[in-house]
Amino acid sequence: MSVLVIAEHDNAVLKTATLNTVSAARQLGGDIHVLVAGHNARPVADAAAKIDGVAKVLFADDAIYEHDLAEPLSLLITAVGKGYQAILSPATAGGKNVMPRVAALLDVAQVSDICAIVSPDTFVRPIYAGNALATVQSKDALKVITVRATSFEAAKAEGGQASVEAIAAGENPGRATFVGQQISKSERPELTAAQIIVSGGRGMGSLENFKLLETLADKLGGAVGATRAAVDAGFVPNDLQIGQTGKIVAPELYIAVAISGAIQHLAGMKDSKIIVAINKDEEAPIFQVADYGLVADLFQALPELATELSK
Amino acid sequence: MKVLVAVKRVVDYNVKIRVKADGTGVDTGNVKFTMNPFDETAVEEAVRLKEAGKATEIVVVSMGPQQAQDTIRTALAMGADRGILVGSDTELQPLAVAKLLKAIVAKEQPALIIVGKQAIDDDSNQTGQMLAALLGWPQGTFASKLAIDGERAEVTREIDGGLETIALALPAVVTVDLRLNEPRYASLPNIMKAKKKPIDALTPSDLGVDVTPRLITLKVEEPSRRKAGVKVANVAELVSKLKNEAKVI
Ligand SMILES: Cc1cc2nc3c(=O)[nH]c(=O)nc-3n(C[C@H](O)[C@H](O)[C@H](O)COP(=O)(O)OP(=O)(O)OC[C@H]3O[C@@H](n4cnc5c(N)ncnc54)[C@H](O)[C@@H]3O)c2cc1C
Ligand SMILES: Cc1cc2nc3c(=O)[nH]c(=O)nc-3n(C[C@H](O)[C@H](O)[C@H](O)COP(=O)(O)OP(=O)(O)OC[C@H]3O[C@@H](n4cnc5c(N)ncnc54)[C@H](O)[C@@H]3O)c2cc1C
Repeated sequence: MSVLVIAEHDNAVLKTATLNTVSAARQLGGDIHVLVAGHNARPVADAAAKIDGVAKVLFADDAIYEHDLAEPLSLLITAVGKGYQAILSPATAGGKNVMPRVAALLDVAQVSDICAIVSPDTFVRPIYAGNALATVQSKDALKVITVRATSFEAAKAEGGQASVEAIAAGENPGRATFVGQQISKSERPELTAAQIIVSGGRGMGSLENFKLLETLADKLGGAVGATRAAVDAGFVPNDLQIGQTGKIVAPELYIAVAISGAIQHLAGMKDSKIIVAINKDEEAPIFQVADYGLVADLFQALPELATELSK
Repeated sequence: MKVLVAVKRVVDYNVKIRVKADGTGVDTGNVKFTMNPFDETAVEEAVRLKEAGKATEIVVVSMGPQQAQDTIRTALAMGADRGILVGSDTELQPLAVAKLLKAIVAKEQPALIIVGKQAIDDDSNQTGQMLAALLGWPQGTFASKLAIDGERAEVTREIDGGLETIALALPAVVTVDLRLNEPRYASLPNIMKAKKKPIDALTPSDLGVDVTPRLITLKVEEPSRRKAGVKVANVAELVSKLKNEAKVI
């Protein structure tokens, strides 16, 4: 048995979700190979070769892979992946974009967002915004899977000594082209890998008020998150959205400020170790999942919190 | 330009679902069903394209039990022109839905297909991408902006780091995020008009598609519930608990 893991990266840095996916691959057993498809992405291939437990890195370096376009990427993964028992990718925006395409080309089902592995053909995955867990068995000989990173420990980034094998680029159908991107720049930790997240909801009221959360996050060395309502209101960009249809996070500490606690939001953060809720409505459902609840107005509580933490 | 939109009937997002005691699934008896919210966005976008003179006809497709007709009627009331119901009482998984849609595309020859980025029941986030692969068409997933310019679609996509814009040569598949638009409510006259719009009924065998599930659900269970913790009286107590009890800061 051998398993192919698709590396998530930006051509310069290997994303940590890849490490969690390698751990999931390990539970399946057998050799683990990592596919790095990118452009001028040598540092990524070298980083992948150092992951503990990886036997081989397959490296396709070509301009057609610079931007993660699903069409050329899915053809490459399909061609390379045919010989494996399973192909795994983190359930990131990139993985969700390309893996169903791979599955369809191979005429197999895709198992989305698995959070546990029961056996090499049986997996647990959340459905209905995480309000139910389904155990599903795949009847296909080759499994195509996306992995919920927060459900698996990260493999060690160092200690491995895999070989890096260059492979030829595949075809590019060329019917999709990259036009541009707006990537949010932040000095704060990446949301999905942060130990502490300070998250704000619609109750924050404005973009300016979100600065209160940023100050708090910076004091704690954490990341800033948000609800869909806060993103929709234009307080923060979309990449901060946490929930059923946003990012899934599980930090050590999640501080929810002016967030009511809708199931779609809880779906993205209820596996956090400690949850703190600050809300002026003592009936807010968020208090039902919070380890520590503070019924207070944020405009009073946040400045106080900043002062208290500076003591 | 003909636009095809896929709409799924799902348990309403406000319903607190319950897992069946025997672990075979989720209890869907006596609960409210509505159109998958992402598909409302998809229909709205198609209707706006028609209003802008870019789309000529909007065909909506739903697959599943007979009641999925109601979902199609909702789309027709929003402004779609006609419907196709692929009736099936067996569970239809994304690959099967994609194959059925491909067979319909062969008949209808749309230049653009719009689907939701995910259905809120099964949360698979697969169907649009699978359909694009089967057709060999380009895809623009998780769209928060769509611009059609002749033979080209420009799609702004929500990705992990922010936003990305790509250009697709039509025909293409677009999967939409809720932020693409604000779906309209159908007016009463339009609901009445929708009753007269045609809906074709087909079956998977009419379309020559094998829809046998590839994934077998062995059991469905409730996740472990978090217990509510304590209320703290003030900020000082909160910080003290986080430092000394939880030891997370
Ligand atoms: C298909 C679908 C998918 C969705 N996906 C997601 C998702 O991925 N993520 C997500 O988050 N949501 C998602 N939602 C939306 C979700 O249903 C809720 O609408 C949303 O989470 C509510 O956000 P909120 O808590 O910020 O706002 P609200 O529910 O409006 O809550 C605001 C809270 O702020 C409190 N507040 C106001 N002022 C103050 C103050 N001065 N001090 C203290 N507290 C204050 C209020 O008491 C209230 O509890 C989805 C919805 C649908 C239909
Ligand atoms: C335990 C269990 C039992 C189930 N039993 C049944 C059952 O008995 N009968 C049954 O019908 N389903 C059943 N389902 C649901 C079925 O498995 C899912 O509908 C299927 O897996 C598709 O996943 P998705 O809708 O999340 O796809 P996604 O890929 O998330 O859907 C994305 C988009 O594709 C389009 N789309 C998807 N499905 C359809 C459709 N049917 N019609 C039109 N457009 C569509 C929509 O535009 C949608 O927004 C069951 C699911 C579970 C977990």
